[in-house]
This record gives sequence, structure tokens and C-alpha cells, in this order.
Amino acid sequence: MNGLTYLKNVVTLSLDIQKCNGCKMCTIVCPHEVFIIKDKKAFIDKKDLCMECGACEKNCPQVAISVKSGVGCAAGIINGILRGTEPSCDCSSSNAKSGCC
Amino acid sequence: MNKKDYIIGKIDTAAGKVPVISTVWSNSDLISTIKVRWAIGRMNYKVKQGFYAIGTPDENSDIFVSANFKLSFDHLRKALHDMNAWVLVLDTKGINVWCAAGKGTFGTKELTYRIKAHELDKIVNHKNIIVPQLGAVGVSAHEVKSKTGFRVIYGPVRASDINAFVNAGYKATPEMRKVSFPLKERMKLIPVELSYGKYYLLFIPALFFILSGINSKGYSVDLAWTTGGKAFVNLFTAYLCGSVLTPILLPWIPFKRFSLKGLSIVWVLSILLFYFNFFGNTITEIISWFLITGSISSFLAMNYTGTSTFTSLSGVQKEMKTALPMQIGFAALGLIGWIIKRFI
Repeated sequence: MNGLTYLKNVVTLSLDIQKCNGCKMCTIVCPHEVFIIKDKKAFIDKKDLCMECGACEKNCPQVAISVKSGVGCAAGIINGILRGTEPSCDCSSSNAKSGCC
Repeated sequence: MNKKDYIIGKIDTAAGKVPVISTVWSNSDLISTIKVRWAIGRMNYKVKQGFYAIGTPDENSDIFVSANFKLSFDHLRKALHDMNAWVLVLDTKGINVWCAAGKGTFGTKELTYRIKAHELDKIVNHKNIIVPQLGAVGVSAHEVKSKTGFRVIYGPVRASDINAFVNAGYKATPEMRKVSFPLKERMKLIPVELSYGKYYLLFIPALFFILSGINSKGYSVDLAWTTGGKAFVNLFTAYLCGSVLTPILLPWIPFKRFSLKGLSIVWVLSILLFYFNFFGNTITEIISWFLITGSISSFLAMNYTGTSTFTSLSGVQKEMKTALPMQIGFAALGLIGWIIKRFI
């Protein structure tokens, strides 16, 4: 859906095409069709759709993909700032769980 | 309530007895699904991690992996209706697959541990294990393969597509691989948003109500009722805009930033509130109310980034750099203006 896209030109995703062996794993795990395969190599096709979940990096056997992954969640980021940790959706420091995921 | 009424028997395997689970939801499953959305007793919403059977599986049957969040588990077993299959439930501390994968509890380590602990190599004579696609955030397929010999096949995003996926020879269509966020899905999660904001909903109006009675002559209970009543309507509108209207209208509000989505929608409604005299009749009070409703709705809408399925960490950090100071500034100025008005 067109209206469901976020800010442009902020995503940290990058791909080293030299290392890519065209195994297609990134196209399988990506939930937003960011990658396409052309001439037996992966390409970043729709970079702004990337939500930095990190699935592609984790499942690239060639270590060709890098992305600073984390939760795209304002409450999680505030949590991180307050606790001095990385942004975390884990809002259950007490017994309560918040609305995030 | 019978807590484990989804277990309907036992089946013998080379690695001992395995509980058989039902693919049909009982009434209590349905009720607890509704309760979990309203955040009632969510901490108890776990199933026991472990290895389960569906139907009468044998050594050729597929193995599906799930989380021990009961909703994830329930959707999987429902999707496997009429099939013979194995289900491996990871211990994700009662969190759903995607979020647990983000935290790493649904991950390579837990998956390799359970493949070995439940002796899957004895139970089946193949080396395939079907993991939900969103689990890929925490699972590294090639690492699982090198540690256990099992090949991870990523299944579709939604459990309801499993049947089609299996029938297509374990191939997912591009549609099955995509995370969408349709209206129905956004509506379903509104209760979660509402309960997230419930403390604001109770505390802030109470504060305004008490402050409403203050005037230059002292304290007036009548004034608390009239002004406080209006304040309640204004605050409730802001809360509704941030937690309900923004999620529903998400793709149609013409801003990318969630904070601006929340701000714009509450200001449209604020014009109505102003027109019907809920914002008072002095310029100080009117401006104060625009700032207060704006900051509340904008903040709640911004928090919706965590529920949405397409925002990135870098993007949200960029948005917050300007949005958070704006929200704090609006709230502070609005509150000061509104209090000053009490004494004029």
C-alpha cells in the first residue's frame, strides 16, 4: 500500500555485491520486497521500504549485507534513552507489557 | 478453566511420547484471544515450550516451528487442520515470533538447542524444518544447518498461508512473503493502543479536573465541573486521535511522520472543539488547548511506530529528534498558558 511507507533516505542497509553469490536468501526473508535478483546477483531495489529488521543480514551466508538493525518503535527508543541501553521493545521491566509488539 | 484443553492425546515416537494437540479452537481459546488484545492478564498467555504432534504424524511429516506466545501457537495449530505434522515450540518467554526474533529469544541458539534436546533427528528421517519467515530476524538458516544438519525452510509470514505453501511444494508467493498492514489488522490492534495510553487517560484528565476549579478568588467546585468537563472532552479527543483515528486513517493522512499524522488529525478536530466553545473564549486559552491536544495526539501517534510494520529504527530516531522537543514544548507552553488563564 502506497500510504504505508516511512521516511526516505535514512535506512542503514548496504550490500556488497562482490560477496553476493545470488543464493536469493535475502529475497526470501525480507518482509518488504527490498531486494531483487538480477543476473544472479542481489540488488537493493526499494531501499526506503526497509524497516531494518536485520533478517537479511542474519541469513546472508556470504556476509554481504549489513544493516544497523533494531526496533522502529518510539516507545522503545525512549526506553533505551531512559535506561541508557540500546532501543528495546522490551518494556517489561515491571510486570506490565506495553503496546509495542 | 481447563488450561491445557488443546492437548488431546499422546503419540509414541522413537524419542518417547509426544503430546498431540487439537487444531480446533475451544471457547476458552477464543475468549483468551480477545483478552490478550485488551491486555488482560497478558503475562499468563504462554503455552509450554516443547515438541507436539498434530494428527498422526510419522517420520516423513513436516516440522513447523512456533513461539510459546499462545496466539502464535493457536494460529499455527489452526492452520495445520487436517494435516499430520510436528510442531516445535520455542521458549520465547510468551512473546510472538517477530518480536521475539527481534530480541533474539526466537533465535539460532534456542532453535538449535531444541532440535537437539527433542532429538528430532530420531523422530524424522528428513532434515527439513519449517520456520515462520518473520523468525528470520533471529534465526540464521546457515548457522542452524552447520550446527544441527537441519535445513531451515522459511514458511509464509501468515500461518493461514501454510496450506497453500505446502501444496505449492514449499514455495511462498511474493504475496505470502510480504508484511502488509491492512485496515483490519490496524483495527485489531487498537485495543492494545488504548490500553497502552490508559494511564494518560486517567491521570491527565484528573489533573486538569482538579486544576479547573482554581480561579483568582480561590477554589470553586462548580467551576471544576464546567471547565473540568470541557477539559475532559478536549483531552479525550486528543487521546482518541492519537490512539484510534491515526491508526485507522494511517495511509490516508498525507504526512510520513507519525507525529505529524497525529498532530494534523487532532488539529482538524480541534477546530470543531473550538467552534463549539470547548476551548474557552480567550485567545490564551484557545491557543493553549491547541498546543495541549496537539502534543498528546502527536506523542501517542508517534508511539504507534512500534505497532506499525514498516518503520525503521533510523527513521524513528530521525523523526523523534524534532518531534519529541516539539511535543514537550507544546505540552509545557499549553499547560502554562492554561494555568495562567485560571488566574486572569
